[in-house]
Amino acid sequence: MTSTDLFLNNPLGVEVQIDEVLDAFSFLDDWEERYAYIIDLGRKLPAFPEPEKTAENLVHGCQSQVWLIHHIDTDTGKIFLLIESDAMIVRGLAALILCMLNAKTPEQLLQVDIDGIFAKLDLFRHISPTRGNGLRSMLQKITLIASNAKS
Amino acid sequence: MDSSSNLQPKAKRPFDIHAVRQDFKVLHQQINGKPLVYLDNGASAQKPEVVIQSMVDYYHHNNANVHRGAHTLGDRATTAFEGARDTVKRFLNAAAREEIIWTRGTTEALNLAAFGLGHHLQPGDEIIVSAMEHHANIVPWQMLAERTGAILKVIEISDQGELDVNSYHQLLRERTKIVSVTHVSNVLGTINPIAEVIEAAKKVGAFTVIDGAQAVPHMQVDVQALDCDIYVFSSHKLFGPTGIGVLYGKKTVLNNMPPWQGGGEMIERVSFEKTTYNVLPYKFEAGTPAIAEAVGLAAAIDYLASFDRAAIDAHENALLTQAQTLAADCPWLKIVGTAKHKVPVFSFLMDGLHPSDVGTLLDQQGIAIRTGHHCAMPLMDRFNAPGTARASFAFYNSAEEVTQLFQALEKIHRLFT
Repeated sequence: MTSTDLFLNNPLGVEVQIDEVLDAFSFLDDWEERYAYIIDLGRKLPAFPEPEKTAENLVHGCQSQVWLIHHIDTDTGKIFLLIESDAMIVRGLAALILCMLNAKTPEQLLQVDIDGIFAKLDLFRHISPTRGNGLRSMLQKITLIASNAKS
Repeated sequence: MDSSSNLQPKAKRPFDIHAVRQDFKVLHQQINGKPLVYLDNGASAQKPEVVIQSMVDYYHHNNANVHRGAHTLGDRATTAFEGARDTVKRFLNAAAREEIIWTRGTTEALNLAAFGLGHHLQPGDEIIVSAMEHHANIVPWQMLAERTGAILKVIEISDQGELDVNSYHQLLRERTKIVSVTHVSNVLGTINPIAEVIEAAKKVGAFTVIDGAQAVPHMQVDVQALDCDIYVFSSHKLFGPTGIGVLYGKKTVLNNMPPWQGGGEMIERVSFEKTTYNVLPYKFEAGTPAIAEAVGLAAAIDYLASFDRAAIDAHENALLTQAQTLAADCPWLKIVGTAKHKVPVFSFLMDGLHPSDVGTLLDQQGIAIRTGHHCAMPLMDRFNAPGTARASFAFYNSAEEVTQLFQALEKIHRLFT
């Protein structure tokens, strides 16, 4: 079993909120700065437990390998997520997704305008259905977790 | 020999890269605010205007079904369609036009080959492929092996990405019934010594199948000189339209292959008691074929033939040499596939980066490459890589574009360090 601490100590979505990212992004002029920022954000992803890198936790449809696990806190009902990838940009985008969706109740999570935020960040192409990088499947998996937790 | 007038030597068009690029409208656009640099030709090549125009003209003036003709348009369509077959016959230097079978592409052609040649396989018979095959030249043979109890054997490759010819000779034996090898590797760019492969296979009486998908855009192929039983390729990698490809087969081999898909066109006479089949090539062409696509492919072949092949080769080799020279100055870049004989395909890995990172950041700079396993997972396993980034060049790519690629890679490298 994964130690719950790993989930609870994840700063993304708790200390680092998506509003902060949106703010920072508004000061970045070109693609190099934006991607440098995303890659930096990816470096904030907490360590992912090695034993959890299983076929079951693999997100399908990704060119890189992406693993996703979750933990639901019984007291608050909040969903805590951990994501890992072997590609830097996917790690960064995963961190971005955690800033939006981590440590939220299912109801809060399902209300987040994910597409809108990606559009604002000018990163929508990364989650568009035509893109083969699996971010869309990652998001689908998370919303499914939330829907199941709600019912 | 063919006595048709197309064999008359025509004055070749001089190879001027700037003029050549004008023939490809798609190349002249901005991607993410930067001029497009299209280096994904190994996946699908762009089409010159004459190809697109040939298909538009066909639809504007001649469109009808083929071989049904009780009317003028039907005759014109049939003439254009069968003329395209003649063009492909000359392109491959096949002995007869009936040896050219239209397919949807290389993948379908290889599936047809596996179906047709696999008919008489016995349990324990052996099929040889190489470790650098595209999935399209692995899976149909695996399926055949499953159906018949035959065994799939794999020719090893070296760290440079060259076929281990010794390993091949050791695999050959009496039980070897089919050898199916790629002419050129889609990932490594390696040009395989297929003449030697074919010759050795014949000594044990095995059928030979050559996957020419990555070869035909880069070299002249002569199937009679090679003496292979089957040679296959796709139109869309040869600057022609998608949706059509070619299976060349020796007449004797094709005649011994059972019909594949049943339907119209492939029959001689149908009754509920007994159906007899049409002659070559129609026996393997059930249904209405891709007529406009055949016309487009012929236009692409004619377009290529308007240049001196040696001039194209010299240009492509210069691009590859330039890329290799620039790569040598980048210690953070590792080339995957360093065979002595290569087409201008340049697979690489960058320190600390996943190929998908490289692809995304090149796209930001207007540069299109392919990233991933390239439908060759066993080859990725061989090189212990999650995939590669692959820049594959065509004759319309310029030296400036190679420079732009490396400037963009430098930028990506700086971004991560």
